[in-house]
Amino acid sequence: MSSVSTIGQALNGIVPVMCVTLAGIACMLAEAFRRRGERMPIGGLGLVGLAGAGASAVLLWGRRAGCLGVAEADDFGLFVQLVLVGIGVLTIVFSSDAVEREGLPAGEYYALTMFALAGMMLMAVATDLLVIFLALEVFSLALYAMTGLRRRVYASAEGAFKYFILGGFSSAFFLYGVAFAFGLSGSTHLDRLAAHVQAHAPAGGLLLLVAMGLLLAGFAFKVAAVPFHMWTPDAYESAPTVVTGFMSTAVKAAAFAAFIRVFLHALGPLRADWLPVVWVLAICTMILGSVVGVVQVNLKRMLAYSSIAHGGYLLVALASGDEVGRAAILFYLVVYAVTNVGAFAVIALLDSREAPMQTLDDYRGLWHRSPFMSGMLAVFLLSLGGFPPFAGFVAKWYVFTAAVRADQYALAIVGVLTSVVSVFFYLRIIVMMYMTDKAAEAAPAALPRVPKPAAAALWLSVAALLYLGVLPTRVVEIAARAVASVL
Amino acid sequence: MVPLGHYLFLSAVLFAVGTVGVFLRRNVITVLLSIEVMLNAVNLAFIAFGRFQGSVHGQVIMFFVVTVAAAEAAVGLALAIALFRHRESLNPDAFTSLKW
Repeated sequence: MSSVSTIGQALNGIVPVMCVTLAGIACMLAEAFRRRGERMPIGGLGLVGLAGAGASAVLLWGRRAGCLGVAEADDFGLFVQLVLVGIGVLTIVFSSDAVEREGLPAGEYYALTMFALAGMMLMAVATDLLVIFLALEVFSLALYAMTGLRRRVYASAEGAFKYFILGGFSSAFFLYGVAFAFGLSGSTHLDRLAAHVQAHAPAGGLLLLVAMGLLLAGFAFKVAAVPFHMWTPDAYESAPTVVTGFMSTAVKAAAFAAFIRVFLHALGPLRADWLPVVWVLAICTMILGSVVGVVQVNLKRMLAYSSIAHGGYLLVALASGDEVGRAAILFYLVVYAVTNVGAFAVIALLDSREAPMQTLDDYRGLWHRSPFMSGMLAVFLLSLGGFPPFAGFVAKWYVFTAAVRADQYALAIVGVLTSVVSVFFYLRIIVMMYMTDKAAEAAPAALPRVPKPAAAALWLSVAALLYLGVLPTRVVEIAARAVASVL
Repeated sequence: MVPLGHYLFLSAVLFAVGTVGVFLRRNVITVLLSIEVMLNAVNLAFIAFGRFQGSVHGQVIMFFVVTVAAAEAAVGLALAIALFRHRESLNPDAFTSLKW
């Protein structure tokens, strides 16, 4: 009995991950036992698992439950896990209709979503480089398959394959970095690596620098930092829209969690060495993301570039690195998650084979056809662009404040300028929706009806954006305390 | 005994061969193979480091990596087949519908 409870205690730290994994397995089994033509609420199984994960994450708060020394559910990891749970819930609620309309295999779709989430949640709490690598592969493999889920669509297969090749390539680099870290410190554990770095700082030694560079390349790929961004527009455009919303937000949350753990915690003493590289990455990412976004005519591709630019703002917060900056990363991740999932959900809910809503022109005069959806999209776009009173403004404000406080004036200035550039393409969509004449339009095909749960989730997202935009202090304080637990 | 540096050099050469293979793509299957070569180069580094530290950790890690590589190959080949069905070609230059 006692040994059973010891094992139980040793696994406490990954209870949320296990809830999601079990839900994924349940989705897979449900699909296997489903008779042809039988309708099953498979998404509901996923929601049950996510509810369990969310509840256990809240219960574990402040306890620092470990797991066999390779994962630790500190407040920081739990915060990111709760963000991921939120992304998962929103994704499932928005998917129900789109999955049917796009003809995605429901069982596979929900099972892969759950497995991807499990990998990401494990990555958020992992304190061992090998476990970080395994978690990264778990969610990456699920995402490659999800990107290519529409097998009959050629672009989907091509986008998924490109994503896979570049993803596998960058994983190899990451793993090579892990190998060097292992060779130097004799362990893949982050604490051992930190001790080794501490002992040898500030002169890192060549091998340590090589390890750091390889790890940095791996992370930069996952957060789609320029010049490791090539896969992003292709994968985001060709994936089913609900999947795009999911992966553009959840991958960033998980990758930045591990990024912070490895670079601010374990490799913190080498900050002088990695800061210039992150600095250049941040500048390039912000500039390319917003400038190339301007010339896009496909809305999903435009939002893909916008999400690259947002990755750049997160890198700015990472580069500034003080308490404000670190709390700003978590706050930014929350806001970005709600906003981007919402924006892609609007596209997913509107788009159908009869009336495609992919290019900018499709959104001409949307206000006349669906005032509700165009209003929702406008709110999400304004928040992405950083207009008050929506949360995007406050998130950006915290990030740039952190940069200025850390004397990174160049980063702050480039950030503000690129924000202004990106406002152009967000506003362009809004102008298209609201300020074009109805009479000039030939009667377009009817838009699909918006299911009630999805509409409720959209309202909830907008309410969250307003709340975070007007009264952000509470969440920022929680984020600051959570980040303090990792360092 | 062969010194550690030799193993690491071989591992680096293999890794470079894999990297070059991905970039000089002529065939989708070759690209998949090149990624496998890269992962196995890393395996060699893990085992060499582990051996010279006198622990079995390096070899244990290798098993994890081999498993991941197998899973990756499964997904990669599935995607390659999906692509082949559309274009009847394995030449990466045929897959260029997505740009910018």
